[in-house]
Amino acid sequence: MKTGLLTIAFKSALNRKTNLVLAIVSIALSITLILSVDTVRKQTKERFLNTVSQTDLIVGARSGPINLLLYSVFHIGNATNNMRYSSYQAIQNFKEVEWAVPLSLGDSHKGFRVIGTEPTFYKHLRYGNAQSLAFNQGAPFNDLYDAVIGANVAKKLNYQLGQKMVLSHGTSEIGSPKHGNKPFVVTGILAPTGTPIDNSVQVSLQAIEAIHIDWRGGIQSPLKITAQQTRKIKLQPKEITAIMIGLKKPIYTFKMQRTLNQWQSEPLLAILPGATLAQLWQSISLFEKVLLAIAAMVFVSALFGMLITLLSTLNERRREVAVLRAIGMHSWDIIKLFAIETALIMTFAIGLGVLSLYGLLAMILPILANTYGLHLSLPVLDSQQILLLAAAFGIALLLSLLPGWLAYRQSLADGLTVKI
Amino acid sequence: MKHNDVAINIENLRFGWPAQNHELLNIPSLQVAYGEHLFIQGASGSGKSTLLNLMAGVLTPYDGQIKVLGQDLKSLSSGQKDRFRADHIGIVFQQFNLLPYLNGLQNIELALNISKKRRQHVQSATPNKQCVEARIFALLDSLGLNAKTALQAASQLSIGQQQRIAVARALIGSPELLIADEPTSALDSDSRDRFMTQLFNAAEQSKTTIVFVSHDQGLKHHFHRQINLAEINQACSNTDEERQR
Repeated sequence: MKTGLLTIAFKSALNRKTNLVLAIVSIALSITLILSVDTVRKQTKERFLNTVSQTDLIVGARSGPINLLLYSVFHIGNATNNMRYSSYQAIQNFKEVEWAVPLSLGDSHKGFRVIGTEPTFYKHLRYGNAQSLAFNQGAPFNDLYDAVIGANVAKKLNYQLGQKMVLSHGTSEIGSPKHGNKPFVVTGILAPTGTPIDNSVQVSLQAIEAIHIDWRGGIQSPLKITAQQTRKIKLQPKEITAIMIGLKKPIYTFKMQRTLNQWQSEPLLAILPGATLAQLWQSISLFEKVLLAIAAMVFVSALFGMLITLLSTLNERRREVAVLRAIGMHSWDIIKLFAIETALIMTFAIGLGVLSLYGLLAMILPILANTYGLHLSLPVLDSQQILLLAAAFGIALLLSLLPGWLAYRQSLADGLTVKI
Repeated sequence: MKHNDVAINIENLRFGWPAQNHELLNIPSLQVAYGEHLFIQGASGSGKSTLLNLMAGVLTPYDGQIKVLGQDLKSLSSGQKDRFRADHIGIVFQQFNLLPYLNGLQNIELALNISKKRRQHVQSATPNKQCVEARIFALLDSLGLNAKTALQAASQLSIGQQQRIAVARALIGSPELLIADEPTSALDSDSRDRFMTQLFNAAEQSKTTIVFVSHDQGLKHHFHRQINLAEINQACSNTDEERQR
């Protein structure tokens, strides 16, 4: 058939292209929005759950699992208790333990947390998709008064290599007493990771010991020991805050966790970071639901927008429908015309929506990677999203029955002659 | 008039719009013979168009009988009525007959796409069965239109050209009945007479029965028979309300 229903629907749509292009663009926009919200939601969740990766256990003084996770990984809040350095040494020597990185927290620099640790920190810690920490400039700390700063610290404070910095006692930004007599020098700047490490300063465990050597009970004692004098003292850490542990085989995880939780010499808590992160995500997933709800509402309003577009063309199409009825087109075919038009709109809208999603992401991803260290990947639509698009298509077709039916009803009332 | 010769047979036909209480049409009897050219004259709002809608099976009377080509329209489902209309009846309106986004030829072909019967009729009438278009162009030629005009978008055509395309669409495939609702009212009097002559020429070839309504008495003389709707319609009142319908 040369001019079948499809051709008629297509040419008729072309004849009203301004309206329809607007409808297509508005639906495409909302499809882009819902897909990008969904993508960001999923990737954020994945990123969050991978804030720590390749670490099998986190150990600290006994408190709650989420509490331990919050202060050791996210640097939120403070440890209620520290653990002994000797415990760290003992754990390090377990045959199941591949590596163990100590963390000593409690000091800060201009609001950024200071982590006292070992240089193995840079070797073993992983984030995201098992990515290791990389240096933008410089190298790990070596000297007693060397400091490595996270990408965000460097950016916010505009620090370069060689910058002198003074650490503060405690973690509050204002009014903390300063370790003024022992300034540090920035020797390394980390590349962005998108994790709390970006907002941290790392120094050696000995450095943490050194700045507190003449401190007693949270204040500096009148008996000051200078930076140079400190160098001569053997600095032996007595306490640390937490340990990140990598095991030789994953199968040891639960056995080690049990061993550590039943540690004889002091009460310890060992957590599985992945499981605890998931638990934490559960408690903050309201954000996720809100995002999803907003996207859903945008989507529904776009579908209504399409329905309104179709309804608004009804009057315009009265003559067309009258002509088609006069030459004997069946009412069902008239309804089909509206469905075909809707299918056309939705096909173009979904195509355009997905295209602009990729365009948007392609534009945003390098920016995210550079500024936030968020190395998100260009996503392939997952089955859930494809299902969503299919549902959108189906709902739109269903909605189009309404204007189709109204057009048919109108044609009955109009008869063959439309008086407009 | 023998029963077999009757193309349209109306008995005790009664119709009123559902939203209004008044009866618009009450026609005790009206017969149109096969091949007859009937002119129905009436003032605007007198129910002429409604009568045509009833004949075309678009509207359903609430009482009485209307048989078209021997077929009682009441016994057909709405789908069957659509099919019946596509196969047997050509319709020309006052204006806006064409889909503006198709060209003249495509507008005419629409009728053949919807009715297989009429397409077959065209194919059997041409020596070369493939050449439906040639048949359409021949019909257009008798209506005074050339092929070039027919290939222009309908929205580009003058009203006279549009009305001729509409007549061609109504007559292609030789349907038994042509219903025309004031097709000349948008034409000036010169082209109106030419249009009428061409219409009859084209219809003559297939012996089509024509029912033509108009308020314009000047067209009367083209027809075999003329009736005034007011004379056959016994519906008591024609209020202003109804006139606006």
